[in-house]
Amino acid sequence: MKEERNLILEAYFVVRKRQPTTHYPLRTMSSRFIVLSLFLTMFASLLVLPAAAQDVETEEPVLREVSDDEVNEVAKDLYCPVCENTPLDVCPTKACADWRELIRTKLAAGETKQDVFDYFVLQYGDSALARPPKTGINFVLWLLPFIAVALGLVFFARYMKGLRQDDPETVTSASGVQDVSPEPAPDDYSARVEQELKGK
Amino acid sequence: MTDTIQPTENPTVGTEKSKPKFRVTTILLWVAVIGILALVGWGLINANKTRPEAGQTAPGFTVHYFDGYEWENASASTLEEMKGKVVVLNFWASWCVECRVEADLLEQASRQYANEDVVFLGVAYADVEPNSIEYLKEFGITYPNAPDLGTSISSDYEITGVPETFFIGKDGVIANVVIGPVNGPAMMNTINTLLAEGGSQ
Repeated sequence: MKEERNLILEAYFVVRKRQPTTHYPLRTMSSRFIVLSLFLTMFASLLVLPAAAQDVETEEPVLREVSDDEVNEVAKDLYCPVCENTPLDVCPTKACADWRELIRTKLAAGETKQDVFDYFVLQYGDSALARPPKTGINFVLWLLPFIAVALGLVFFARYMKGLRQDDPETVTSASGVQDVSPEPAPDDYSARVEQELKGK
Repeated sequence: MTDTIQPTENPTVGTEKSKPKFRVTTILLWVAVIGILALVGWGLINANKTRPEAGQTAPGFTVHYFDGYEWENASASTLEEMKGKVVVLNFWASWCVECRVEADLLEQASRQYANEDVVFLGVAYADVEPNSIEYLKEFGITYPNAPDLGTSISSDYEITGVPETFFIGKDGVIANVVIGPVNGPAMMNTINTLLAEGGSQ
């Protein structure tokens, strides 16, 4: 982990070194001195440059220009804990600007989108990801809506089945198709009254 | 007429209703429902967690220090290892303007208490590591500092922002919490009291 942290720091500071620096004022030197020093510098560089260039190539990681679009393509799937519910690509805070700059540094060093995600998870936890990995409690929480809907359907189906069995108006015909009688069935009391009247 | 007055009978319904049903599927369904409710309850309890206040035991943690920083010759420490010492746990970030107000003050205090049982510990919250290191260099901070890996320490301490400082007694109990930059005399007073008492205030 320490080695990875050191590599990131190295790459970050290499990017920083490329920023323009203030030049030493040449006006204070005489023109003859300038010509002489330029000549000497060129001569010296012919001798030293090949070796120096080799050193630079081996020490510094390969860096490339990374556009804002490339940075935002990664940042849109990340969230910083300071600004909840605001994706990193549109978050206006200084903290998020720093995070985006770190993404740029890492992409410039040749890292992939997944490498950047892995680093952010290590540094800031799963909550930095817009789509946390579906493992452990995250997987249970991800499944929860589906389980809830399935359970709801099962309960609803059982309830409907219960209603049909309880309903005395529902009669199953010989063909297996349920047939509902159009007239309401009379209760026992009225049936008894009818029979008593007939008997008289 | 007689056809219509015959009472309809459904003997199967009557017998099913009279017997209580304890089928495996029913039990499984209810177990699933209770499980979901328990999970939702657990989530709600976690969401409503409050910051540990004075009088409560400080949540334990492990820190992996920035390069060039250590405590007792170790590049990583736990709060448990610091038991018996007063711990000044300061959450900060390089992007935090208010943190710059207290940075010098904390460094001076850490030097002042260097030979006493006091540990100053800085934890960088949601910060980019190169920026954290530049910040530490800028203020010449020498006391141990570490990134909050996985945002786990700040999550356990439920910080509401930075800077926030927790003063933890020798017994591992939180004695005081300061939201915002620390005040010099008040900080000294708290540390001196904790050193004298040997525990929380």
